Amino acid sequence: MAKKPIGIEVSLAVAEAVKLCDADVVAAYPITPQTHIVEHLSELVANGELDAAYIPVESEHSAMSSCIGSSAAGARTFTATSSQGLALMNEMIYIAPVLRTPIVLAIANRALSAPINIWNDHSDIMSVRDAGWIAVFAENGQEALDLTIMAFKIGERPDVRLPVSLNIDGFTLSHFIEPIIIPDHEEVQAFLPPNEATVKLDVANPISIGLLANPETYTEIRKATDDILLASKDKVIEVFKEFGKAFGRHYRVIETYRHEDAEIVLVTMGSISETAMTAIDEMREAGEKVGLIRIRLWRPFPVEELKAALVSAKVVAVVDRHMVMGAPNGPVCLEIKSALYDALNPPKVFNFIMGLGGRDVRRVDFKTVVERSKSLVKGGQSSFEIVGVYE
Amino acid sequence: MRSADVPYEKVTAKTFPKGLDTLASGHRACQGCGEVLALRLLLKSLGSEFIAVSATGCMEVCTSTFPQSSWRVPWLHVAFENAAAVASGVESALHVLRKKGKIPNKRIPVVAVAGDGGTADIGLQALSGALERGHRDFIYVCLDNEAYMNTGIQRSSATPFGANTTTSPSGTHSKGQHTWKKNMPAIAAAHGVPYVATASPAFHLDLMNKIRRAAAIEGPAYLHVYAPCPTGWRMKPELAVECSRLVVNSRIFPLYEVIDGHYVINRKVDNPIPVADYLKQQGRFRHLKPEDVELIQARVNLEYENLVKLAGTFPV
Amino acid sequence: MSDHPEAFMKVKDMPEGFQARPGSTVDFKTGDWRSSRPVLDREKCIYCGFCYIYCPDGVYQDQGPEEKYYKADLDFCKGCGVCANECPKKCISMVLEEV
Repeated sequence: MAKKPIGIEVSLAVAEAVKLCDADVVAAYPITPQTHIVEHLSELVANGELDAAYIPVESEHSAMSSCIGSSAAGARTFTATSSQGLALMNEMIYIAPVLRTPIVLAIANRALSAPINIWNDHSDIMSVRDAGWIAVFAENGQEALDLTIMAFKIGERPDVRLPVSLNIDGFTLSHFIEPIIIPDHEEVQAFLPPNEATVKLDVANPISIGLLANPETYTEIRKATDDILLASKDKVIEVFKEFGKAFGRHYRVIETYRHEDAEIVLVTMGSISETAMTAIDEMREAGEKVGLIRIRLWRPFPVEELKAALVSAKVVAVVDRHMVMGAPNGPVCLEIKSALYDALNPPKVFNFIMGLGGRDVRRVDFKTVVERSKSLVKGGQSSFEIVGVYE
Repeated sequence: MRSADVPYEKVTAKTFPKGLDTLASGHRACQGCGEVLALRLLLKSLGSEFIAVSATGCMEVCTSTFPQSSWRVPWLHVAFENAAAVASGVESALHVLRKKGKIPNKRIPVVAVAGDGGTADIGLQALSGALERGHRDFIYVCLDNEAYMNTGIQRSSATPFGANTTTSPSGTHSKGQHTWKKNMPAIAAAHGVPYVATASPAFHLDLMNKIRRAAAIEGPAYLHVYAPCPTGWRMKPELAVECSRLVVNSRIFPLYEVIDGHYVINRKVDNPIPVADYLKQQGRFRHLKPEDVELIQARVNLEYENLVKLAGTFPV
Repeated sequence: MSDHPEAFMKVKDMPEGFQARPGSTVDFKTGDWRSSRPVLDREKCIYCGFCYIYCPDGVYQDQGPEEKYYKADLDFCKGCGVCANECPKKCISMVLEEV
């Protein structure tokens, strides 16, 4: 009999997923809007529901440092953060992948200071987008829970051994109560094999980890890590398929919505995609040929999948949720443009920034994007435009 | 059991471990480096059943140029300011993995090693967090060479008063370092951890026993180890051990332990040599005038008296 | 492919997490840093072991209770002179290396 969903806050569902995965170590520091995840985890540890060490570190920098130590010692390791916390972790974020520590990090995405703002956008994750992590974006609560379970399986695979970040929009996803199916412990146990660390601190095999590399080896070490990250896309796809088989919920690196005959295709990441789909339904009813591509796997960037999905469109309107200062395009748009650059008849690509610092993203905003894209087709767009900015 | 009563196997002249060094030769420490000597003796004392975590610094750089490592125990370096946090993660992981039966059921000490900059300056927050959280098999070793030597002799908060460094140079308007050395062992002891000790490589058995004691006691331990740097101190390389002896015998760097808050002076210095005799070996103090040396002598006298009072008030 | 003179390890040969074997710096000989080497007068040596204990580079090796002395491995000795300075019998002298 199919399991029934229960109403649960998405942050708590992520914590429940960590419990179902039998995490060994959680090292975390409080920051809004991530806090509910680690509060719930510390509660689960305190009640004996999760047999793990909870390290209440004194900063996010130490959180990620402890996670690297813990993962290098062979423990299944989880942490969560947001915004300034991720910024403080920045130095460690760049080190974890190269040391091959498969930490799972939930980011309740939040705007970066200044001005200080606790609300949602994607500027935190974009500051570490090239650090070497696998990064996925969840659209809804079920996906957040499912991706947490899959993140451990992907990252810990012997042919991957990389950290994974699970991005959930702060408040607009993290704090919502949604109907979510929570799998049984046995089901997750059957799906997720034990974490068998290969680069590991072990007195029986006393290797050294984290050495100094001079100009004669630094390039090759960085390239070796990138090769593993790029190759991990196929492993991510494999795990998505295995998850589909085991749990009946199917995931792909990108999702499409009414895009086959679309002339204008929107590109989004995260929870605004549901709003975008509603807007598309309304626009379709009004006769507009619009569709949507939602990116689930942000790193490694799914170039081939996006190319195949977008190449037949006339116009691609890319939504970024990160303010780029002093540059013509947001990070998502830059990747889309470079993916499409060598296509024979590439679509026009326009860039729209919206939903900064928690500003509401409404259906009408997507309609504005579509209208604006239509008018830009003739002239083109020199740089991004901010939807709804009061100038 | 009181931490002071926790038994441990003592190193003596007769039982000095003669086996393979835990820190292999071929490291790139400078000629006559007192820091690598202290590290070598500390690691040798613990043997092979522990995990080491290094902060960025001289000892990390000189022992770990890829693809070679001097470490014969599992070793991890992540960054400069976080050795205590990384070691916290390793320690917690070992505990939980042991509890779950995923690794053999025996205590494995985790030893974090950092310099004075990585401890007293940039790493102080991470260290404070780790000491406060009470990790059971956690030993933090500060190898104090009294400046940022790896980056080229810049002053730290552990640089002694009057020392010439590249960022506290003496000049017409400067005596060199114009602040007094930060008292790191006191800061560590203020966390209420079970074990804090100072050590100097010239007193090698004392040094080696302190890390064994630190490993035997349950709870965070902090060792503050004097680590002479001939290169940075403008001193002859053959003097590393000699100055490690003078620094203790002049009362500048007393050897003591703080066990569960109780003080014991391990080497009482009843007839101290004048600090001037210590200072004159090192070029970094060459510019000091007699009145500066007097000032330093007065400060050393005061700090030693304070330590004696603490040991008298809170004996083990 | 690389024609770069500095590169010596291929990407595909890079060990996972660029780990290193324990104690592998023994392949890196530091003996050529030395400008003078320690020479032991075995007549005066009392086999106290201070040269062995205080050598920052761990170059002294115990020759055993029969031979009763410690021998410096010149592959690694950097010539700092700590052993000569600490020898209680002053039976180690630092002798300039011939170039």
